[in-house]
Amino acid sequence: MTRLPRWADLVLVPFISLALAGIISAIVILAIGQSPWEALRTMVTGSVGSAYAWGYTLYYATSFMFTGLAVTVAFHGSLFNIGGEGQAQLGGLGVALVCLALPWPHWTLALPVAMVAGAIFGAAWAAVPAYLQARRGSHIVITTIMFNYIGAALIIYLLVNVLKPAGQMDPATARFPAGTALPTLSDLPLLSLIFDKKVPANVTLFVALIACWLVWLILWRTRLGYEIRAFGKSEPAAIYAGISPFKVTMIAMLISGALAGLMSINNVMGESGRLLQNSSEGAGFIGIAVALMGRNHPIGVFLAAILFGMLYQGGAEIGLWTSIPIELRTVVQGLVILFTGALDQMVRMILGIFFRPRRMEAA
Amino acid sequence: MDYAILLQILDSTIRLAVPLLLACLAGLYSERSGIFDIGLEGKMLMAAMCTGAVAAMTGSVWVGLLAGIAGSVLFAVIHGVASITFRGNQLISGVALNFVASGVTVLVAQSLFQQGGRTPPLSGDARFNPITLPFADALSGVPILGPFYADVVSGHGALVYIAFLAVPATWWVLYRTRFGLRLRAVGENPASVDTAGISVVRLRYAAVVITGLLCGLAGAYMAAGLQAGFGKEMTAGRGYIALAALIFAKWRPWYALMATLLFGFFQALALRPDVIRNTIGFDVPVPALDALPYILTVIVLAGFVGRAIPPRAGGEPYVKER
Repeated sequence: MTRLPRWADLVLVPFISLALAGIISAIVILAIGQSPWEALRTMVTGSVGSAYAWGYTLYYATSFMFTGLAVTVAFHGSLFNIGGEGQAQLGGLGVALVCLALPWPHWTLALPVAMVAGAIFGAAWAAVPAYLQARRGSHIVITTIMFNYIGAALIIYLLVNVLKPAGQMDPATARFPAGTALPTLSDLPLLSLIFDKKVPANVTLFVALIACWLVWLILWRTRLGYEIRAFGKSEPAAIYAGISPFKVTMIAMLISGALAGLMSINNVMGESGRLLQNSSEGAGFIGIAVALMGRNHPIGVFLAAILFGMLYQGGAEIGLWTSIPIELRTVVQGLVILFTGALDQMVRMILGIFFRPRRMEAA
Repeated sequence: MDYAILLQILDSTIRLAVPLLLACLAGLYSERSGIFDIGLEGKMLMAAMCTGAVAAMTGSVWVGLLAGIAGSVLFAVIHGVASITFRGNQLISGVALNFVASGVTVLVAQSLFQQGGRTPPLSGDARFNPITLPFADALSGVPILGPFYADVVSGHGALVYIAFLAVPATWWVLYRTRFGLRLRAVGENPASVDTAGISVVRLRYAAVVITGLLCGLAGAYMAAGLQAGFGKEMTAGRGYIALAALIFAKWRPWYALMATLLFGFFQALALRPDVIRNTIGFDVPVPALDALPYILTVIVLAGFVGRAIPPRAGGEPYVKER
């Protein structure tokens, strides 16, 4: 197989994967007797056509940045963390407990404590699979899947039997005090000139951007990041270099779980204002797609998160305004994961055909 | 707990264990050949939708079953193309196909029937009707064993008996046939199989198609046996429970039967909280019962109760030497 130039591998491969996913989606839409053009138009206007639409797109993108970074950090240590879903829901529990514990006077006080709690709870939920992988060799993919379900069961139990206030029907915690409400983009000075209507995107967006930068800093500018990447590239080489596999596995997974847990300041604290069942709504899984699409680099994750934010918000608009069911967005997400993550070799082989002759001329 | 209630619970144990058992055996073939498959859930869902839709349109459950198998095998082949031919990441392919199945089933069901993503309720010949085994009525008077035979063993749809027969069949194929030997070998050391002049690719495709076929049976049973029609996300994580059962059974067919019966029993108990309260004197929260299969699997995976060692070449694409 022809080796692709770096720019083609970084830019063309994701782009073509995305295009293929788009073509198959269009065929699916045609097959169910709808218009792909109409769907695309609704999707684009509904996700990026106005400041209001951007407010939703950025809100979803914020969540996906956290879960995408979570998958990225684990990936660099050659660990596949499918447990973002459970870790994010447990993080939501931590955030909810903090928000409900005190009558917080102002969000600037509540936010740091909630972030710490969300991160610790998320990391704790990743700690057991990490330990089992590092010490007992249990496959982390399977244990994190199991922990997603155990986590969901735990949250349902706590919501129904412990945290639900008396007299409330739906399984959810009480509403958080007003002092924990995070300002949305429409509440902030200057930005309120752009976002003139109330949007769900909130200050967590800036936390996510800082998280992107911090992940880059850790992975490429610290000794720890070097150890994680070295371990991910070659375990025997890393052990020979004196890197402890146990330490790297634990730390990479704890950071990963903490990032997934941090997501819940966006949805639980920033948007719903109470903890609900299945609060993460699949963002943990979308994080896998975001990390794949973003080629496991924070800048890529940032861009891919916005793309998936558009898909998610645009998909909701399709469900609202056309006769295509909202489930279309699940299909599109699945296809993007399939083409970027599993059929990437196929895309490279196709591209290889175009790059081969040029290389032979040079030789 | 009296005997009649015990029989009821055992009866629903069998009903609930069958989709798990079929999916678990499905996973066994794929994983024994070295292809990880976390897409069991998606294939079951696909099969459930195809069966529900075609059975509703034709009125025949058997045509529906064929459609279900076709839908499931289609997804199995896509997984094969991604993970065998293009040597992609098998785990990611599985996750992706689960996503696609979750969405596409609703899209198709909605465009065919306009009933909120469901297929129309099935009845009569469009479902798997209970088969009364010979002498069930005559023997029901025999104390203890009679009612057990009449109420628990007899009176299920055809797929239930097929599922239970699939266990010895799988054991025989795996341990007593040439194909089985090669299948196990290709999951442990594909290079040795290749050296012996046997195609790794063909063996793995065969395994993946068998996986699709058995998942098709599991999904068809969900839509036309356990329930009457397809509904959104109706498999409700059963593909993952089957995966857990497979690990719990350490990739062996008879243990798969035991594991899925155990997990089916937990599901049956979760439906009857009153029985638990009367038997052990206190409430066990339903979420705890739901989580029990996963917790047990984690304990087994951790190696506290024997070690679960997966097929050695699992998850690794095979690259032929040139």
